[in-house]
Amino acid sequence: MNPKDLKYAKSHEWVRVDGDTCVVGLTRFAVDQLTDITYIELPKVGERVTGGEGMGEVESVKAVSDIYAPLDGEIAAVNDALSMDASLVSRDPYGEGWLVRIRPAKDGRLDHLMSAEEYTRQTEGA
Amino acid sequence: MVDFAGTQLPVQFSSIVQEHQAVRRGMGWFDVSHMGRFRLSGPEARLWLDALLTCRLSDLPAGKVRYSLVCKQDGAILDDVLVYNLGGTPGEWALVVNASNRAKIYQWFQANQENWQAKLEDQTEQTAMVAVQGPNAVSLAKQLFDRDVADLPNYGCFQAHFGKAEVLVSRTGYTGEDGWEVCVPGECGLSLVERLDAAGVTACGLGARDTLRLEASMPLYGHELSEEIDPYQAGLGRSVDLEKEFIGREALLRRRGRSDLPVRVGLVASGKRAARENDLLLDETGAEVGRVTSGTMSPTLGYPVAMAYVQPGKSVPGYSLSAMVRGRPELYTTTKMPFYRRSAV
Repeated sequence: MNPKDLKYAKSHEWVRVDGDTCVVGLTRFAVDQLTDITYIELPKVGERVTGGEGMGEVESVKAVSDIYAPLDGEIAAVNDALSMDASLVSRDPYGEGWLVRIRPAKDGRLDHLMSAEEYTRQTEGA
Repeated sequence: MVDFAGTQLPVQFSSIVQEHQAVRRGMGWFDVSHMGRFRLSGPEARLWLDALLTCRLSDLPAGKVRYSLVCKQDGAILDDVLVYNLGGTPGEWALVVNASNRAKIYQWFQANQENWQAKLEDQTEQTAMVAVQGPNAVSLAKQLFDRDVADLPNYGCFQAHFGKAEVLVSRTGYTGEDGWEVCVPGECGLSLVERLDAAGVTACGLGARDTLRLEASMPLYGHELSEEIDPYQAGLGRSVDLEKEFIGREALLRRRGRSDLPVRVGLVASGKRAARENDLLLDETGAEVGRVTSGTMSPTLGYPVAMAYVQPGKSVPGYSLSAMVRGRPELYTTTKMPFYRRSAV
């Protein structure tokens, strides 16, 4: 169920390389764990983010969790639709519910990210 | 699953919001067997209860249930409880206490057993307790018991049969909806919830129990109530009868008129970030004026609500406060409680 063409971070974000930017979202596993997502806070366009560090938060009725940047870079775009309807993330985490586009830093690397197979193994072990 | 006062309980079965809506629109069931269930019996059981509970029992008729507090000598709250007058001769009473306070309250009763001709029995382990809540809960009960819950007034109770088992049913709950709770012999608990599942009643976890009681502004021991808080601060003065003798009365006579202690308030958010327990509250000058005791996004209202203790001057409805939610201020306004009240039928 995790698309094969994406890369995955341990902290449950996915990354799709798309030209010179990377689209980032939350995995199905993450949104299923959170359930009832009510609010998503994202960084602003132009903000610098650091791989492994918090870049936003996702709030559900149950709890609040951090969203981590999966790579170093600069925010190139944010999904404004989420400010109106955060539940898009639950309904379509790999499509309409994307979070941000990151323009990777010059020496930005993606090789620390997992394949769909590796990520699925991590979540099944969890 | 989470540990709750020593019992493993599910936070949610499907989703907190789905379970919450089921109770508001239809019905849901909760396993509340972790709550402590005591029985007091004997000719002086009522006197023993009257000496320890803040509410009056002499005018509680058989077949009725009353909400009460148990206070220490200094007037602070040891627990909040439901007391049931089961009637009979020489007299039998049931007491439902919080899971986290079960041992403490049992010991408190034993320590204050002034030779009353009565005995106290903790029946928690031998029994199970289930709450069925929501607008459809009362009509469902017809299929389960040999007496009709529709005949019970609010806070009424009776003994009925579930199959061959004798059970105690009360028109009570902790959700702000109509509904009932039942104590059954432990061996009947599973067959009862199987019947509820078969009838399509939504299974609800602790998460929905918390969001439902929060919308109804019902206090939760350990959050809004504690041994640091008295009933007047909690806004529960109506459950205290100072015209009778009970432990804590003298302190409460003094505390009743005090205007310097923090009081419980309701808060509604302007934004979407929900303040949670322990978040600080600041006034317009940035001074700390209180702390959140419970908070969540309200599934029914669509915005965050919270309960908090604040300095008395900041408690009037319509007062603007900032809740420090993970380091950043969120605008909240004090408001009348409850946040949600079911529409009259």
